[in-house]
Amino acid sequence: MIPPETTSKDPRQDMSTTEGESEQASKDPRQEMSPAEGEPEQVETTPDREAIGRRDGQGHAINIKALHAYYGPVHAVRGIDIDFPANEVTAIIGPSGCGKSTMVRCINRMHEEIPGARAEGSVRLDELDVYGTGVDVTAVRRLIGMVFQKPNPFPTMSIFDNVAAGLRLTGTKGGNLREKVNRALRAVGLWGEVKDRLNAPGIGLSGGQQQRLCIARTIAVEPEVILMDEPCSALDPVATLRVEELIDELKERYTIVIVTHNMQQAARVSNTTAFMLDGELVEHGPTSKMFTTPSDERTERYVTGKFG
Amino acid sequence: MNGVTLHGISARRRRTDKVMRASLFAATLIALVPLVLIIYYLLYKGLKAWSGSFFTTDPNGNFFGNPGGVRSAIFGTLEIVGLATLIAVPIGICVALYLTEYGKDGPFASVVRYFVDVMTGVPSIVFGLFIYIVLVISHAGGTGFAAWKGSLALSLLMLPIVIRSAEVVLLLVPDSLREAALALGAPRWRVVTRVVLPTATPGLVTGSLLAISRGMGETAPLLFTVSLAFGLTGNLNAQMNSLPLQIFTDITNPRSVIVTRAWGAALTLVALVLILNLVARAVSRRSRMA
Amino acid sequence: MEASSATVSGDRSALQRSPLHRLPDRVLRWGLTALAVLILALLVYFFIRLIGQSHLALSKFGFSFVFGNDWDVSRNIYHGAALVVGTLITSAIALLIGVPVAVATALFLIELCPRRARTPLSILVDLLAAVPSVVYGLWGVFVLGPKLIPVERWFANTFSFIPFLGGGGSSITPGNYFIAGLILAIMILPIVSAISREVLATVPPEHKEAALALGATRWEMIRMAILPYARPGITGGAMLGLGRAIGETIAVVLVIGDAPTIGHHIFDQGYSLAAVIANEFGEAANTPIHSSALFAAGLVLFVLTLIVNIIARWFVARGTRGMRAAGDITDAVDAATVGSGALQ
Repeated sequence: MIPPETTSKDPRQDMSTTEGESEQASKDPRQEMSPAEGEPEQVETTPDREAIGRRDGQGHAINIKALHAYYGPVHAVRGIDIDFPANEVTAIIGPSGCGKSTMVRCINRMHEEIPGARAEGSVRLDELDVYGTGVDVTAVRRLIGMVFQKPNPFPTMSIFDNVAAGLRLTGTKGGNLREKVNRALRAVGLWGEVKDRLNAPGIGLSGGQQQRLCIARTIAVEPEVILMDEPCSALDPVATLRVEELIDELKERYTIVIVTHNMQQAARVSNTTAFMLDGELVEHGPTSKMFTTPSDERTERYVTGKFG
Repeated sequence: MNGVTLHGISARRRRTDKVMRASLFAATLIALVPLVLIIYYLLYKGLKAWSGSFFTTDPNGNFFGNPGGVRSAIFGTLEIVGLATLIAVPIGICVALYLTEYGKDGPFASVVRYFVDVMTGVPSIVFGLFIYIVLVISHAGGTGFAAWKGSLALSLLMLPIVIRSAEVVLLLVPDSLREAALALGAPRWRVVTRVVLPTATPGLVTGSLLAISRGMGETAPLLFTVSLAFGLTGNLNAQMNSLPLQIFTDITNPRSVIVTRAWGAALTLVALVLILNLVARAVSRRSRMA
Repeated sequence: MEASSATVSGDRSALQRSPLHRLPDRVLRWGLTALAVLILALLVYFFIRLIGQSHLALSKFGFSFVFGNDWDVSRNIYHGAALVVGTLITSAIALLIGVPVAVATALFLIELCPRRARTPLSILVDLLAAVPSVVYGLWGVFVLGPKLIPVERWFANTFSFIPFLGGGGSSITPGNYFIAGLILAIMILPIVSAISREVLATVPPEHKEAALALGATRWEMIRMAILPYARPGITGGAMLGLGRAIGETIAVVLVIGDAPTIGHHIFDQGYSLAAVIANEFGEAANTPIHSSALFAAGLVLFVLTLIVNIIARWFVARGTRGMRAAGDITDAVDAATVGSGALQ
């Protein structure tokens, strides 16, 4: 159920006519932070590279060793060793039920939120093992963000409040808060579309916009790594393309792991691809190689569509 | 920046989290304290009253000497609530059947549902007043206060409970069952009686038991319709004793032995209600497992 | 089921049935409809007769019946402000104490409680609803009332500078507004908790996940993702509890002190609409104006509870419009109201 584009509700929001509209038209005081006042307005749907920012020195990599994950007695992830290089996009592919989502949820320790679920092994973000003793789970999740399959903006919050949600938890306020929200929205290319209605409910946006809103929410707190669990599977092709474009820009700053069941998508966005089957890592390597000359026979059968 | 530093969440946030979680736990314990205390005092003071004669003699209204037991109250409650059940359960199930099988989402059915909802919000005293106005003052049936009038008042109270719970249960019967029967050429009434009702029976029983246990505990409706009586009687057209009214009357009595009798009667009433409640839950759990 | 004339050759008689075959269906349908109409008619009849019986008193006292403060049986003057105020005070106390505890209990049981303990603890909380009101009254009169007097006295004297909440410490009796409100709080706790639990269970897990993934603590997640979503449903539940509190008769009449005056302190004796009816019903039987006044009190009570209930349900419906799970919450409220058996 994707709510209709809300542009029809407010005549000022009609996207095709915002060109040339002056910034003064909006009454929201938060607009004062917009850059380049007086410039003819352009509807941004492309990510703003400057807003995304540069990588700060060396990037941050994830290193997983001997990861096992269980749902009660069910052994869903069986001994995975894998590296996710810094500032690269790694795609995890595999048939349904192979454990790819589970594995990724172990990285930011969301897996253990499910009753009866547990994980063992080591997941290192640079030097830090997130499963180490005494490590605070909420701090880990600050550093490793997650975007979910179904866009899930908080339904009772406005667009602004949604993006600000994570920031408010750590006490960011006032002008600093506004600036960060502003930047996150520009980074995902939503700013132009929503700047006049930051107070509108987050769920009033279209599916694709909602997902970009969720991505903005995730990067607003400036994590090091972004995990994406089939982020485009609920979106139409145009929205999907926009998100993929965004992922491509985001990798300049973040390390990204994306789970996808769509192999064309994996081929488009990722540098490295990993193939999982029945809870095990079958093979992983540079994307181009994985899709053209995979080493393992099972990989070959999967990517050529013989199963899954 | 090489490596990553883990900034723990602030101590304040951690503390708030701990405090709030502890508070929620504490609140749950607090909520249970009254239950524990009530059961404790019921047992502590009520068991003292229980004896052979407690259950086998009637209250005698004497100012001195042995005040008697509560036999007529127990039987009276069983009789009055029994009659109320005979009225409320069949009618309630029928109305629920109408709502789920015939009326469905139609305008009239919606109106009925809304009014049933409204009925659940009516205080029990109002039902008593209503029967009082309509039947007691007018001496319908040749008497003023009478047990059957109390049963009517209780049935009005139980009716919405039966209807709502029955509707929920009937809606749970899968449509595919109904359609299969209809496709075989069965007329709707037979689908209802042969397919829907049997499937829904455990749930209907549960709902009815809950309604009955509710009806048993009500005092106000009986106050205005049955009034009090001491003797054991099977005459539904006369005044009859009942546990809630007996307790209510005894509470304000200056004699402590009668107050003790009130505790004993209260223990009896709660025991009856609890048994019904637990049986209802057992029935519903068993049917869910089936 | 009756086929129109078929062109199948062979025995056609099997396709034609007698109209009698449909008769039970028709009877059932119209019988049930008539029954439903009867129920509606009954409710309307309620109202009309009640108004009829109240007419004497209402026409004599007019608005002072509700707004005047002079309920005097000996002079046959019936201005019932004390009743209305008493009803409102005790209900307010019931809400202020009962709702937070009920919601907290629901939050604990749904979000924090280990799974195995959840069902037994929920059943225990729900059992509070199974206790008959006369037993609550009995317990209130002989246990809670007397035991709390020292505490009430201490409170009234220590905080005597606060209007209403303090003061009046010298004349505290076991029956007063506070005790009545406290007992009412206990009585509405199960229904508010049950409804809140159902509502909390409908919060979509994806919102909870979103909050956790941002690095929220458990409590922050509850505050961010659960409470705002559940608020309309919980408010509806609280209002249903309010309706129950307003109409409760037997427990209140035993512990409110039955004084037809407006008390100035929370520990003063008072009266309520329902309590006065139960108390004075016997002696009013032979005095038409008195009994009419009692019926009028019943009418006011009835109208009050109707309004509260209607608003409660409207609130729940309105709060869920536009949210994804609109159907869920109303269904949840219904299910909880029925399942807890704790209806009015």
